[in-house]
Amino acid sequence: TSSVRRNGPKFTQLIVGARSVSVDLNNDASLLIDIPDALCERDKVKFTVHTKTTLSSFQKPDFSVPRQHEDFIWLHDALVETEDYAGLIIPPAPPKPDFESPREKMHKLGEGEATMTKEEYTKMKQELEAEYLAVFKKTVQVHEVFLQRLSSHPILSKDRNFQIFLEYDQDLSVRRKNAKETFGSFFKNMVKSADEVIISGIKEVDDFFEQEKTFLLDYSSKIKDSTARAEKMTRSHKNVADDYIHISATLNSLSVDDNTALKKYTNVEGRVASDEELKLTELLRYYMLDIQAAKDLLYRRARALADYENSNKALDKARLKSKDITQAEEHQQQCLQKFDKLSESGKRELTSFKGRRVVAFRKNLIEMAELEIKHAKNNMALLQGCIELLKSN
Amino acid sequence: MDPSLSASDIASSTKPLSEASSPPVMDLLSEPASEASSAPMVDLLMEPASEGSSAPMVDILSEPASEASSAPMLDLFMEPASEASSGPMMNLLMEPASDDLKEPPKPDIDPLADILNDTPLSEVKTPVAAMPQETPSDLFDDEPSELFAEPRQSNTAKQQQTSIFDEPDEDLFSEPLGEASKKPQNDFFKEALAPVAKASNVCGPLSDNYNEHPTDIFTEEAMTTLPSAVSTVSVNSKTNGVHSDEEEPDIFAEATVELSLDSPRNDRKKKEAAKPSASAPAPSVSASASKPQPKTLEELEEEVEDKFELNISITNPEKVGDGMNAYMAYKVSTQTTLPMFRSKTFTVRRRFSDFLGLYEKLSDKHTPNGYIVPPPPEKSIMGMTKVKVGKEDNSSAEFVERRRAALERYLQRVVFHPSLLQDPDVREFLERDDMPRAHNTQALSGAGFLKMINRATDSLSKMTIKMNESDVWFEEKLQEVEAEDQQLRKLHIMVDSLVGHRKELSVNTGGFAKSVAMLGSSEDNTALSRALSQLAEVEDKMEQLHQEQAASDSFCFAELLADYIRLLGSVRASFDQRMKTWQRWQDAQNMLQKKRETEAKLLWANKPDKLQQAKDDITEWEAKVTQYERDFDRVSATVRKEVLRFEKEKACDFKKQIIKYLESLLQSQQQLIKYWEAFLPEAKAIA
Repeated sequence: TSSVRRNGPKFTQLIVGARSVSVDLNNDASLLIDIPDALCERDKVKFTVHTKTTLSSFQKPDFSVPRQHEDFIWLHDALVETEDYAGLIIPPAPPKPDFESPREKMHKLGEGEATMTKEEYTKMKQELEAEYLAVFKKTVQVHEVFLQRLSSHPILSKDRNFQIFLEYDQDLSVRRKNAKETFGSFFKNMVKSADEVIISGIKEVDDFFEQEKTFLLDYSSKIKDSTARAEKMTRSHKNVADDYIHISATLNSLSVDDNTALKKYTNVEGRVASDEELKLTELLRYYMLDIQAAKDLLYRRARALADYENSNKALDKARLKSKDITQAEEHQQQCLQKFDKLSESGKRELTSFKGRRVVAFRKNLIEMAELEIKHAKNNMALLQGCIELLKSN
Repeated sequence: MDPSLSASDIASSTKPLSEASSPPVMDLLSEPASEASSAPMVDLLMEPASEGSSAPMVDILSEPASEASSAPMLDLFMEPASEASSGPMMNLLMEPASDDLKEPPKPDIDPLADILNDTPLSEVKTPVAAMPQETPSDLFDDEPSELFAEPRQSNTAKQQQTSIFDEPDEDLFSEPLGEASKKPQNDFFKEALAPVAKASNVCGPLSDNYNEHPTDIFTEEAMTTLPSAVSTVSVNSKTNGVHSDEEEPDIFAEATVELSLDSPRNDRKKKEAAKPSASAPAPSVSASASKPQPKTLEELEEEVEDKFELNISITNPEKVGDGMNAYMAYKVSTQTTLPMFRSKTFTVRRRFSDFLGLYEKLSDKHTPNGYIVPPPPEKSIMGMTKVKVGKEDNSSAEFVERRRAALERYLQRVVFHPSLLQDPDVREFLERDDMPRAHNTQALSGAGFLKMINRATDSLSKMTIKMNESDVWFEEKLQEVEAEDQQLRKLHIMVDSLVGHRKELSVNTGGFAKSVAMLGSSEDNTALSRALSQLAEVEDKMEQLHQEQAASDSFCFAELLADYIRLLGSVRASFDQRMKTWQRWQDAQNMLQKKRETEAKLLWANKPDKLQQAKDDITEWEAKVTQYERDFDRVSATVRKEVLRFEKEKACDFKKQIIKYLESLLQSQQQLIKYWEAFLPEAKAIA
């Protein structure tokens, strides 16, 4: 069965337990959002978005609406395209749920059923179900985090589209982007990155932004690399854990004395891998996206700077030709204003981004180290017990 | 020779012994020597089994013992009988002499032990120890014949005495006679406490020797008799060690010459001398029996382990020569207190092909008798080529280390095998400085070796279909072995994949560590930057840890499995060998049937001229059928014991290795905790 349903408080708990892995949000109690429930059918995930609020802009203080992944993307795009938010770091859109890997594994497992012992198969199946659930959980979590970041942002939390998203109790029936649009946004990205090259050539007027630019460009490429490597690492860790499952099952069927330790070790090893995945990889992945969002901000600011410089040139030209001077002046003023505004909010955003990032890293690194220690201690106890058992036999 | 007479003689002789010190004993024994010895034998074989005082013993013993004891007995007795003096021999076996014997022997025990310890015994034992089973016609001729032949021939009472004792010893090995001497001891133990103490002392040495010396000889006894019997055995074994190899040839010469003469005693001698092959098998059986024994006697086993007297290590792999002619030479160091070796510590240099050569020799000799000869590691053209080319990289060093360890395990398995340790080729391999180069090892290596095993199993499975297995045990065991083989192969693949994945994890962790270090250097928050570079260091250590763990996955686990996959090949080969001897027996039976039909036809056709030929043929084939059937029984018994020994060893090995492996895991977890605990304050210091 490729559909897993986890309802009610149990699942909520799961999410709550693992929540705010990547971001530390000081929510004020006026707008609290969570996703207590989600239903996964094939590739579609239906989230229940639950809102509790004291804000008068909402009709009710407590309500839930069904939302799909596409609705989140729509909201994100709408925010990005809002001119007024050009100076803000728009929280990165949650990645598309990806059940491909566990599903593929499940398929493989089904094919290999004949070659496995019953115990082995059961164990593998359990493991895959756990993985599936973990992916599901993670998916829910990133969607939740996206909304929570919006709700905790002084400006974005007041966005009209965001309120509609939270409140409208019908299906939003957001269209999925069609092929042409997808291609369009792809093209836009191309232009954007080409622009980036051009813009990066523009002389920066503000030291803060110059520094930020260098930092973010550098940091982004490095965190991208780290994320990829962390993913690889956790994946191979997972493989090792899987190997242990097979080995312990086979040892069992070999009736070699006692391998309970190995078997338990298997479980722990698997948990180490998934915790690493949760604490480290997710953190890095999230900040990889977040940094991209920050870079987007820089890009928009640079764009505005370029516009301003162009408008300056246009003004000079107009003055030279003594033609349309007022118009040009107006435009130049607009650009300057826009740029200044953007710079100002950008500065604020980037500073808070920095603080947020440091806090999140701290939290996750501590948690990860603690988990590693906890698992290793568990392992040691298991191994010691088993060694003693074997020796006493 | 009258068995009953001899028995009584012995009894009488024993009494005096009790009073007198060892010398008198000798006298007693010397007189009736040949006859007396035979009678006691009977006792040993028959009694211990039936009596079996200790419960565990009985269980274990009951099965193998009956087989083992009966088989050798038959061999010894039957063969000679067919040729010459079959009558007396049979009698011996059948007779109840044992009853008479039991009593008198008790007092004797002490003296007996002394006697056994004495040098004369040693001579006897040596041959036994050598125990070349089939192949070495030389060996047989030399030792067994000598033992028997010598004492009897010599007229002096003392000499005879020695001979008697010798016989018992031999018996232990090959014949039941040896047991006779032991038997008294058993009784003794049971009854007299004081003697028991002594007995225990005796045991000490025994146990020591037991492991190392392939006390095959002893084992048989042990199986049949009670623990006390074992102790006596031990004494014998010790003596064995004492005897010097050089003595053998001389003895041998004498024995052969004198054999031709003979009188009543000669019968026995004749039998043995004439039928070296017959006697040879017997030892083998006993040898195999020895292994199961340790299981039953736990204390004994422990003692054995404690007092292990043979250590072998392989060290210092060294490249010799250049280019494609280069090879690796290994230092084979032996540490031993076993008297069978010329010195306590010695080292030789051997190359890989020498190990293969050793296997080939051992396999040629012992596989046909149903022994499980441990196979050497496979040749690896890839690995060796790298070494030859001289790449000083990791994989090449790893290959050499892996092979070194595999060779060490291989050699240890060989010397732990009681009967293989006795093989002169093993001793030569360990001791001789100028080993002749082994040739034609090519065929044995790598693929060739596997092919051989596969072929063996193929023919085996074909035969199984034909063979109407009379003994369910073998059928079930074979199935078990085959299932296990499958499981092990599967497991080996998995462990290989674990090693691969772990290495991958190590590489990826290393990559991540570097990446995090870079990230840390880009981080503009100082504390976070430091924490990230600390994290990078932790991950660096993790990389190392994973790498070490992968090595230990591979060394502790994968190599063990590979060894046992190969060993199971040898196990199957021994099953195959049993089938082959069965087949031969069946063929002979068919042939005999044909010959009988021919005779009938000739009778019908009334052709007296050819009739004699036909009768001769029948006699010949009857003998062959008897012989082959005996062979089959013997090989069956050997296989059974070998398999039991193998299983025991395997259980120990796996347990040992799994503990080792778990300990390696434990250690890496400890390290891991250390690393992360050191990191934790850094993470907390981020502000």
